[in-house]
Amino acid sequence: MKEMVRVFLYGKKYEVPAGLTIMEALEYAGYKLVRGCGCRNGFCGACATIYRIEGDRELKACLACQTTVADRMYVATLPFFPLIKEIYDIEEIKPTEQIMMQLYPEIYKCVGCNACTKACTQELRVMQYIAYAQRAEYEKCAAESFDCIMCGVCSSRCPAGISHPQVGVLARRLTGKYLVSPADHLINRVREIENGEYDGPIDEFMQKPVEELKDLYNHREIEA
Amino acid sequence: MYTPEMFESIRKVEATRESRIGADLRRMTAEEKTNLLNEYHPDYRAAGFTTLKIGPNKGEKAPVELAALLEANSRVKDLDIDLNQIDYDADVLVIGGGGSGSSTAIMAHENGVNVMMVTKLRIGDANTMMAEGGIQAADKPNDSPLIHYLDAFGGGHFAAQPDLLRKLVMDGPGAVKWLNELGVLFDKEKDGTMITTHGGGTSRKRMHAAADYSGADIMRTLRDEVFNRKIPVVDFTAAIELLLDDQGNAAGALLQNMETGEHFVARAKTVVIATGGAGRMHYQGFPTSNHYGATADGLILGYRAGAKLLYQDTLQYHPTGVAYPAQIFGALVTEKVRSLGAQLVNVDGIAFMNPLETRDVSASSVIRECSTRGKGIKTPEGWGVWLDSPMIEVILGKGAIEKRIPAMLRMYGKYDIDIREVPMLIYPTLHYQNGGLQIRADGRTTNINNLYVAGEAVGGIHGRNRLMGNSLLDIIVFGRNAGRNASEASKHVPTPGRLNFKHVEKYDKEREAAGIKSDIYSPKLLPEYARKGR
Repeated sequence: MKEMVRVFLYGKKYEVPAGLTIMEALEYAGYKLVRGCGCRNGFCGACATIYRIEGDRELKACLACQTTVADRMYVATLPFFPLIKEIYDIEEIKPTEQIMMQLYPEIYKCVGCNACTKACTQELRVMQYIAYAQRAEYEKCAAESFDCIMCGVCSSRCPAGISHPQVGVLARRLTGKYLVSPADHLINRVREIENGEYDGPIDEFMQKPVEELKDLYNHREIEA
Repeated sequence: MYTPEMFESIRKVEATRESRIGADLRRMTAEEKTNLLNEYHPDYRAAGFTTLKIGPNKGEKAPVELAALLEANSRVKDLDIDLNQIDYDADVLVIGGGGSGSSTAIMAHENGVNVMMVTKLRIGDANTMMAEGGIQAADKPNDSPLIHYLDAFGGGHFAAQPDLLRKLVMDGPGAVKWLNELGVLFDKEKDGTMITTHGGGTSRKRMHAAADYSGADIMRTLRDEVFNRKIPVVDFTAAIELLLDDQGNAAGALLQNMETGEHFVARAKTVVIATGGAGRMHYQGFPTSNHYGATADGLILGYRAGAKLLYQDTLQYHPTGVAYPAQIFGALVTEKVRSLGAQLVNVDGIAFMNPLETRDVSASSVIRECSTRGKGIKTPEGWGVWLDSPMIEVILGKGAIEKRIPAMLRMYGKYDIDIREVPMLIYPTLHYQNGGLQIRADGRTTNINNLYVAGEAVGGIHGRNRLMGNSLLDIIVFGRNAGRNASEASKHVPTPGRLNFKHVEKYDKEREAAGIKSDIYSPKLLPEYARKGR
């Protein structure tokens, strides 16, 4: 007999085998998931979940696919949160201080409660990356927010109404496009291809008999 | 945490670690690889396959589970739908909300047409989001599209459709440049040089990455761009059948709300199938690294409408899926772990192969180690071998794991396994659908007008095996390609006349004539994981 634990899914009690993830516990209880289930591997942010263990006063946040059930756990999933996503043209905007002020002015209303950081399912320093965004330190904001899966739990806990994940995306795109040095070797290669420099050679290469290609493949030099 | 028996083996791994670093592990000969695949690769296991009784690929081999869906009942059977009542009207209809669908939609929008996306989950709930290791492109001075072509052609057993592979490698650098200019944060040196590594089967270091969130950063960026362009995304809505016009050209799809069950008619001048892979079919009982919706839907829709499949009998089993702990069984351990130097090691602490063989060879080698050779480590779900992650920091220095593979560190950390200190226990997991719908180099299906395919739903780009990093590349290259060509074509296609399901009726007659009886309905849409009550 498997060890069972008691869990309260949306407040209703079920007994499920110990060791299941919250997502598996929902399915064990008979739920056929449509919302609140995406990659099942901790990358997509579809299964943001709030829980509390009986006797504990604190609400905690997690991903249902990455968290093992515990006895007397109360679970409520948060598969959608109405975050603000501002529209912009990445070709038009520049990594200036004004751009955050224009698009996400609420970041300047941060009261420093750190609820976002405490709630983050990826254990990121969310309040810190918002602070970097306030100061237009976009490279730092990008690095600090890089592992964000945009589940939205941080924003659900924010008294200032900040859309932290969207601030992170903006900072990362500004960094990737404008602040990191361009890759010259990439730009050169694209130009060579566009100039047709490889058209002849690859067509000729593809004409070789398969036996010859096999031989070339089996004896090709491999970069150390 | 690991069991005492596992720790006993880990001590052997630790004992040999130093002597294994820098050791030159021999690569297998072509003949050794062929024999290994024949004997151990799941694609060669006859019981996993059956012969298709009907349709464009009648008489060919397909996985049992896929054949069952291809020969199942249509979800529109016995439905009374007025196809004259158009709910959505678009120039280009994109089915699927992953990396290829989003790239398609962005390029169609760029070309000035009215494009819409429909996805059964959310935009971004896709295998793209979970691609960890990186994206290949031949952009370094010591590399060229020709070398990339040879690596991919050989890695796919010389079976790739040459015109598609040519497009993949020639458009590769342009695809990476496009992503970079959209703001994807590739790993770079201070001067902007891309930090690139090997993947299994590459002869040049051409794997570009964004830590081990490569696909996630690409997907987040593409999704943001789709939103910025205000492209309509109808989410939690599946396409359950294609709609054709009187000439038999693709002209839309019947949609269904995944939550309420309501149906909608979407009419379009061109249709792009970008529905992704099939890991959730759990072929041959394998666990999968794929997202929840990977159920081969597009293959079913296309096949019923008469489109041909190519290499539907070849699947990719990623050599390093999680074997333990159970909560993440089958999850992907990125190939980048091996790119950074970690070896595959058996129960006795012996590195039994070169860690950078191609995926099919590596997976077969792991299966052999755990079966006939009896050198696996027992787990509650079966067997596994070690992927010796602590080697990475011995080679590259402290901090390398946190910097280069943070997602792996986090995933295992949740189960009190610190991969900087102890190795990972792995076993092959169902990862990628090599086969799919056959297309021409312009992205259109070979025999149905106005029907395009992009991404993992395409068959033939890679042949019978795919190299790491060529899938993220293919979804971008062929997504953009389909977006450009489907939108351009839509400018010359008149608004479709009466829409119909005649292909479904015809298909049903074929089923009947072949004596097929089935009580299942397809496309599958979602796997059935909910426990049935008493």
